[in-house]
Amino acid sequence: MKKRSITLTAYFLLLFVPIYWMVITSLKTDVEILQSFTLFPQKITFENYREIFTSEVWRSSFINSITYVLLNVVMTLMAAIPAAYAFSRWKFRGDHHLFFWLLTNRMAPAAVFMVPFTELYYMLNIYDTHFAVALAHCLFNLPLTIWILEGFMSGIPKEIDETAFVDGYRFPRFFRKIFLPLIAPGIGVGAFFCFTFSWVELILAKALTLTEAKPVVVTLTVGIGAEGVKWGLLASAGVLTIIPGILVVYFVRNYMAKGFALGRV
Amino acid sequence: MRQRPWLFLLPTLALMSISAFIPLMAVINYSLHTIFAGSTPEFVGLQNYADVMGDAQFRGALLRQLTFSLLALLIEIPLGVGIALCMPRKGSAVGLSLVLLGIPLLIPYNVVGIVWRLFTQSDIGVIPRFLAVLGYDYNVSLDATDAFMTILLVDVWHWTPLVVLLAYAGLQAIPQTFYQAAEVDGASAWKTFRYVTLPKLRSVLTLGLLIRFMDSFKVYSEPLLLTGGGPGNATTFMSLFVARKAEAYELGYAGASSIIYLYVVIVMSYILFQFINRSPEERRA
Repeated sequence: MKKRSITLTAYFLLLFVPIYWMVITSLKTDVEILQSFTLFPQKITFENYREIFTSEVWRSSFINSITYVLLNVVMTLMAAIPAAYAFSRWKFRGDHHLFFWLLTNRMAPAAVFMVPFTELYYMLNIYDTHFAVALAHCLFNLPLTIWILEGFMSGIPKEIDETAFVDGYRFPRFFRKIFLPLIAPGIGVGAFFCFTFSWVELILAKALTLTEAKPVVVTLTVGIGAEGVKWGLLASAGVLTIIPGILVVYFVRNYMAKGFALGRV
Repeated sequence: MRQRPWLFLLPTLALMSISAFIPLMAVINYSLHTIFAGSTPEFVGLQNYADVMGDAQFRGALLRQLTFSLLALLIEIPLGVGIALCMPRKGSAVGLSLVLLGIPLLIPYNVVGIVWRLFTQSDIGVIPRFLAVLGYDYNVSLDATDAFMTILLVDVWHWTPLVVLLAYAGLQAIPQTFYQAAEVDGASAWKTFRYVTLPKLRSVLTLGLLIRFMDSFKVYSEPLLLTGGGPGNATTFMSLFVARKAEAYELGYAGASSIIYLYVVIVMSYILFQFINRSPEERRA
């Protein structure tokens, strides 16, 4: 038993060394980062954070990210809830094939879709808008959410539906008053994963935005490519970007395996 | 009544046609044409596919990608199971461990890039300094092996926690009575693992294999941010290869290589998927 805890502790230490390094780098001055090698900042500075909070570019990219992520969560759930209900309750021609086809979109590398997305969205006149990114992220979020919700819904006995109809409930009222509350945890988990995957996605967010909707992930990437990189600034932006994940991780800890595993655990 | 499922699926189908079906058709369309900026596309049939298959660079990228995914799976799955076995089974440590495992999974890809640039950069990084003490000259931007291994290390760091979570979920589902029975029979720790634990983990591990295969096959931002695909082509994996071709506006070539890429992912995932779908019936039987 003792040996196991030691192994586990050692693993967690290794897992967090890189993150620790980013956090302390964000608190160092540029001079200290470049000229010395210190395991802890000699003099803690919040200058990098101040620069981000006062910069219009950084602020607007954080707002852009949050906007399209929330838009995507709403769009995905609106479509996924009825679809998952159909898959979990009814048999219909081609249901298995459709279910697998949806999954193939979760597999599809985003790089494949980069150019057609750009061209299509130019044509529809939605290029460089929050809506464009939110729509593109449905490519992988919608199949995933349908899979997760289908798993939750199939865990609820069909007898509940039938009893409600016998009791004289009409479908919309049954759905709102009885069914939705029962699958509320599933909806929460689905929303969380849409949020996460949309928040971390880079390829499409980069291809589909220019200035108006430029998200924080792209602002960060541009910074990395440049010469004379401001490592302290990037590190603090990195720290700020992982905070949303850390804030919610506690609430979803028991569902993480499910979400990353297409609702199949 | 018969139309009702389709009515429920209507929003999904509408969204997916815009964000998946039409783009896919467009990619297939590109792949059948020669396209230059400013001129009318010319239909060339399967010529682009022949060009792609005959291109040593494409075959190199595909082979590199397969090697990468295979190595990632070979490391992450056993390591993940091993760590999952060390996880506490109950008590307050469970919640804490799950939270710690979750954090790397929720870091945006490009922040992963920043974390590891800070860690591996030759002038300011931790790894180069550490290895220099051991007498090894590590340089991610000059040495092909270093670069490849670094991307692999990043993938292992980033995604092993997911395998741990899956394996742990599988372990929790094994009733304690199984272990008691094994103990009564006097089974060794290894035999208990091999004949009690491992068979019960089969379905979650296949799932982990599927997910990790799919996602490691899509690796993009790590090589983009850490090595830029280099040195040479040492870390130009499939996504980066396709994206580079698309950015160079070689749309016909990019389209054809995308379709082949997609085909490989889907066929291999379909095979794994069949295993997953079979296992519930087996359990019931």
